This record gives sequence, C-alpha cells and structure tokens, in this order.
Amino acid sequence: MLSFVAQRVVKGVIVLLAIVVLNFFLIRLAPGDPAVVMAGEAGASDQVFVKQLREKFGLDKPLPEQLFIYVKGVVALDLGFSFRQQAPVAKLIGERLPATLLLTLTAFAISLMLGVLFGTFAARFAGTFLDTAITVFALIFYAMPIFWVALMGILLFSVTMDWLPSFGYETVGANLTGFAHAVDVAKHLIMPAMTLGLFFMATYTRMTRASMLEVKRLDFVKTARAKGLSDAVIQRRHVLRNALLPVVTLAGVHAGTLIGGAVITETVFAWPGIGRLMYDALLQRDYNLLLGVFVTCSIMVLIFNLITDLVYRLVDPRIEFAS
Amino acid sequence: MGGVINAVIQPEPPGLMLAQIQNGPTQMVSGNIFEGLLRYSPKLEPLPELAESWSASEDAKTYTFKLRKGVTWHDGKPFTSADVLFSIEMLKQTHARARNNLAQVDKVEAPDDYTVVFTLKQPFGPFLGIFEVGSMPMVPKHLYEGTDWKTNAYNNAPIGTGPFMFKEWQKGSFIRLVKNPNYYEKGKPYIDEIYWQIIPDAAARSVAYETGKVDVLPGGSVENFDVPRLSKLKDTCVTGAGWEFFSPLAWLWLNNRQGPLADKRVRQAIMYAIDRDFAKDVIWNGLGKVATGPSASTIKYYTSDVPKYPYDPAKAKALLKEAGYKGEKIRLLPLAYGETWQRWGEAVKQNLQDVGMNIETIATDVAGGNQKIGDWDYDIAFTYLYQYGDPALGVGRNYVSSAIAKGQVFNNVEGYSNPEIDKLFADGAVATPDSKRKEIYEKAQKILVEDVPVAWMLELQFPTIMRCKVKNLITTGIGVNDGFKDAWLDK
Repeated sequence: MLSFVAQRVVKGVIVLLAIVVLNFFLIRLAPGDPAVVMAGEAGASDQVFVKQLREKFGLDKPLPEQLFIYVKGVVALDLGFSFRQQAPVAKLIGERLPATLLLTLTAFAISLMLGVLFGTFAARFAGTFLDTAITVFALIFYAMPIFWVALMGILLFSVTMDWLPSFGYETVGANLTGFAHAVDVAKHLIMPAMTLGLFFMATYTRMTRASMLEVKRLDFVKTARAKGLSDAVIQRRHVLRNALLPVVTLAGVHAGTLIGGAVITETVFAWPGIGRLMYDALLQRDYNLLLGVFVTCSIMVLIFNLITDLVYRLVDPRIEFAS
Repeated sequence: MGGVINAVIQPEPPGLMLAQIQNGPTQMVSGNIFEGLLRYSPKLEPLPELAESWSASEDAKTYTFKLRKGVTWHDGKPFTSADVLFSIEMLKQTHARARNNLAQVDKVEAPDDYTVVFTLKQPFGPFLGIFEVGSMPMVPKHLYEGTDWKTNAYNNAPIGTGPFMFKEWQKGSFIRLVKNPNYYEKGKPYIDEIYWQIIPDAAARSVAYETGKVDVLPGGSVENFDVPRLSKLKDTCVTGAGWEFFSPLAWLWLNNRQGPLADKRVRQAIMYAIDRDFAKDVIWNGLGKVATGPSASTIKYYTSDVPKYPYDPAKAKALLKEAGYKGEKIRLLPLAYGETWQRWGEAVKQNLQDVGMNIETIATDVAGGNQKIGDWDYDIAFTYLYQYGDPALGVGRNYVSSAIAKGQVFNNVEGYSNPEIDKLFADGAVATPDSKRKEIYEKAQKILVEDVPVAWMLELQFPTIMRCKVKNLITTGIGVNDGFKDAWLDK
C-alpha cells in the first residue's frame, strides 16, 4: 500500500506542475491587465504609474521568464507575493483556508450522510409514497441554483423569522470565546453549509437509490436471500456496500471541487473563505494570488482522489492496489 | 457619547496605506486614520485640518501653511513640517494623482517645525483644492524614511494622526478602528469604535441593514433599486450629500478615431437619441441629475449656458441620415459594476437601436473592459469619473490631446483633439484672477458640448443610508470618506 501511495504522490506532483504551467498561461489569455486595474482604482492612470506597477509585478519581463520565476518559487514552496494585497500569497491563503475547510467539510459530511441515508430509504421503499417524496425533493434541490437557495434561506431564516444570522463567520464585535464562540460560529455556519450541502445531498440521494436498485437485482442478492439472511443484513452488508462504490467515486470528485463550488456560497453569505479570495483575485487579475489558490485547490483534488482510492479498498476488499 | 458604529465597506480594500493605494474603499476607511492638511466644505471651500491657517502671496505663487501644534501620530511621536516634506516626496512616487497635482510646485520648504511654504512655478488656480486626505495624506516620516515603502510593516497596521486608530483586520470579515484618545480636537471623536463590515453580495448588504446588523450603508453599497425600499424602513435617514468634492459624472466614451463615430453629427445624434431622464427616473430611481456637459454642476466654473440635447429621436435620425450612416455595426461596452449599470446598458442599446443604429453589446468584466478601452478597441463604452472640484483637476484630463496615451484608461481615451481646447485648459489652470478662469472654462464647456467628444449622461448621486440615530456623519464635501470625526450616536 505504501508503494501505491508513493507512486500516486509522485504522479500527483507531475500533474500539479502541469496544472501550474497551464493555469499560468490560461490566466494571461484573459483580457485585462493587473497594472491597469490598479491604476484605474487609484483614479489615475498615467504612463509613469502603469509602468511602475508593471515593473513591480514583474509583468515587464518576457512571459517564459515570468513562468520560470513562478515555477521556481512553487518548487521551493513559495507561492509569491500579492502586490495588490501587499502580502505573501501563502499567508493570504493560510488565513482563509480554515474557514473554507470548515464550510466545505461540514457541507460535505451533511450531504454524504443524508444523501446515502435518504437514497437507501428511497431504494428500500421503492415505488411507495416515501420514495416519490424523497425523489421529488432531491430533484428540486438538485435543480435549484445555489445562489437562489441561499437568498431564499436568508429571506426566510434571517429576515422573516430572525433565527439565523445572514452573513459572516461570527458576530463581529461580540468578542466571544470558548464554547460561546463555537456556538456563534455554528449558528453562522448552518445556512451556508446547508445551502452548499443540499445540492450535493440531492446528487448522492439519487445516486445511492439508483445504484441500490441495480445491485438488488443481481444474483448474489437472490442467493443471500435464499440462504435465509434477514432483509436488514442483506440491505446493509450486501446491497449498500456494493452500491456505494459509484457514490464514493462521485464524492471523491466532489470533495476536491467543493472549494471551487464554495465561491457563490461564500459570496452570498460573506463567509471569509478561499472561494471569495479566488473570485476577488480573478476580478482584479491578481495573478500570483489566483495561481496560488489554483495550486491549493489542485492539491486538495489530488489528496481527495488519493483518499477515494484508499476508501475504495475499504468498501470493496476485492479491489487491489495496483503497484 | 461613545458607542459603536457598524458600517459597510464595499469592496474589501486591498490595503489601508492611503499614500500607496488610492481606491475608493481604502480612502473610505483610511480617511479616518490619516489626515490631510485641509478638508473641504460642501461648497468646496477649504477648511482647516492639520493646517490651521494658510495664506497666498500677492502673485499667487507662494502659499504658506501654518500647521496645528500638539498633533501626535498614533504612536505618540509629534507631527511636524518634516512629515509634510517627507509625505510630499513619497507621494510624488506612489500617488499618481498627487504627482500630477504637484506638477506646478517648484519647491517646498519648512522654515520651522510648524510652517510649510510651497513655491509654485506659476500661479495654479486649483492649488488650494489638492490637500484633502485622499489626494494628499500625511505619512509618518519616522516610520517610512529609509525603508522599502512597498513592504513596510506599517502598511498593514497604518499609523496616522486621524481621529481613529487601526486596531484589527480580519480579512474577508471586518476592519476595526478605535477612537484615538489623544486626538488634538479635545472631546473628539465621539464614537468609540467603527466596524467596517465586508459583505461581498449586494443583496446580502441590504439584508444586513434590514436586519439591524449594520447602521451605515455608504453611497454605492447597495443596488439602486433597493434604495427606495431601504429608505422607507423605520428610523432610516438618507442623504445624497457628501459627494460634492468627488462629483461623480457618468458618460459614454465615444471612439472619435474611427467608423461612424468619427463624424460629429453621429455623436450629436447619440446625445439626442438617449432618453437620459428615463435613465435617471427609472434606472437610478430618480437619483442624480441629467448632465449638461463635461463639468458636473457641483464643481467650480460650471455653466448651464451650453448647447442642449433634449431627447429627440427624430432629430437623431435626421442627423444620422445627414452623416450618411448606413447601419455599420457599433460595439457598446457596458460597465460591469452590477445590476444597475447592466440595466442602463440595455436601455441605451434600445434607445440607439430605436433611431436605427446597429448596436452590439460586448460583455466583459471590469478588468477586461478597461483593457479594451485603454487599447481603444471599442466604439461606445460606459464610464464614470470623479471631478475633484475643479476642471483643472478632474475635467481637462479627459479632453486635452496631451492626455491621449494608449494602454491607459481614464484619460483622453476617446481620442478627441482640438488645439483650442488644449489651449483653454492649459491657460485655465494658471490664469488669475478667478474671473479669468471662469471665462476660460465656460468657453471650453461650450466648445466641448458642441463637439460631443463623449456623451455625457448623469451626475450620479450615491445616497448614504443610515439609522437616524447616527448624527453628523456627513458634514463636508468629502462625506463618509473623512466623516467619522464629527459623528455621534443619539441614544
């Protein structure tokens, strides 16, 4: 298993470098010049100022040289400096990453647990009213855009009922500590996590249901039933376990992309995470910061893919680590 | 007295070092941390700030400022004329607008700790208008001299002389300022703390106000269509004041260089074709004023005695016909500043199509749009710019031919070139007395309105929405940008 992990890590590093190079050029393909953006914001864009900024950013150097400088930095674990925010990129990302991880992992846990649970129920009671209800709700949540769910949630739970805060990570100025602080953060977390989680939950519900119904028809289930096993044991040990494989695959892919998917949720709920950092960096053409966020997201995807492969093995011992 | 004010800041500023970053949000927060030598009344008369008095010589070439005594930086060191000299040197390198404003200054001297003397190369009419905190913030010499300004640690924890001190910045969440207990105006500021809340979504900012989480929505924080609804909430006060110094004016850049728009008659047709009252009443909810020309009515030497362009589609059609317009495609770049601007883009497109113009909308984000405009790769493009109180500071830059420079925005990107206008703006900046300047700028306005180098739309109004208990927030022509010094909470 260790050699499997080592092999995947080496492959991961190669993929990462390819991603860095590709993104480096992709960002620069988009129209817009960071120096002009900053000069524009300063309300004055004379030649001297724009030239100064270009030199400061290193944008006056030839593109291959810029790439070389950047890749050299990444290899030395240096993600560069954000001139716009006047801080090292790694520091900016480090400040925001915990909030995003809290949001996305909560959303992920909620969606996976509830999704599998509802999917199992729907499959178990296929064709009944419960199945229809679950399927319809799943379809609704799947079809509704995240920003709309977020706004409706705010309207209902913040404006009308005043149960939950509409924005932010904590109550600003309350200076809470310990348990009170944790409760405060949790209150702020509920709406964004649910908003982000509902979409994925719907996906897992439908996936689990479909997959379980398919497995149920297979011969080995009939055999198990013929052996006289109880329905609960058949569902849990034989059907669910086999049906989970596609769900695990999908969840692995999702987990990696949750960070990117959190952009909208973080923006609507003013959640101070990395998704918003990325969005702002994109609008402002803050190249180093944007590339830094991409690198971070890519690392996340690679890590989650590795975890997915390991989980496969746990779910289905028949799968072996190819080395 | 005392209390905490929660205000919205949008978007999150990139940094707070006003001498190096001059975007709107930076100024709004840092205008309470740093100070300039002067402030300006809503009528744009200079008011004392770090300078307690000033005088000009007979020939209007020497200005002497007497600094306030007993002023200290937030770290306790005294503020003196040495700081002023240092700030000016630094700003010349880091602050493009200050550099331009100071171009007429020959030398600056400090005969003693509390006197600063500016000697100009020639009289410069708007000179007393360049000292507000955003245009010329004072920087602590003892913390910046001999350091790398760009990476100085105080950029992230700025030290000024202002009524509020920087305390904390949770990136993505809030910026916290606290009262400066040693402020030179005894008793001020009245407020203990300001929290600038960072809420990126416009609808969420409205909700934050509605649910009582924030008390002040500075101009431009919410979409215009939300303003009437929020204004009607209980205990809510609204004011359009506090933008006199900036006087934001919206217009359409018209690319004078190529295609049908090179013909003056086509540009005039555009002025007649656009229903600007509709834009004001419907898209901007009645806020603002229809612009009559290159100067906003709030800045110096404005005149309404210029050719008029009422909404007249028939006249527009006739002019287009006369100019021989044959339906050539014209690219329109809306401004990616949110919903209001998008709707305005749609309305203008419709107006122009109604008179037979073939309009294609090009969608970009702000950065992409700026690049297209800077590269002159457009036909019509929305914009709005500040005018800074005087035509020499904020108007001429968009029309004189020396301001044509490819790759940059906000200068003469339309490519208008008229030697007479060049001369008028050159003369206007240095003419004395005031009546002479007035005469020159009035003439310039008339010529420009006749030539229509760009299509002027509206004098924008960005209303500040706040709880009525917040008193005295807007007392100057700079508004919320330096306003918390005088603000207090009615309990």
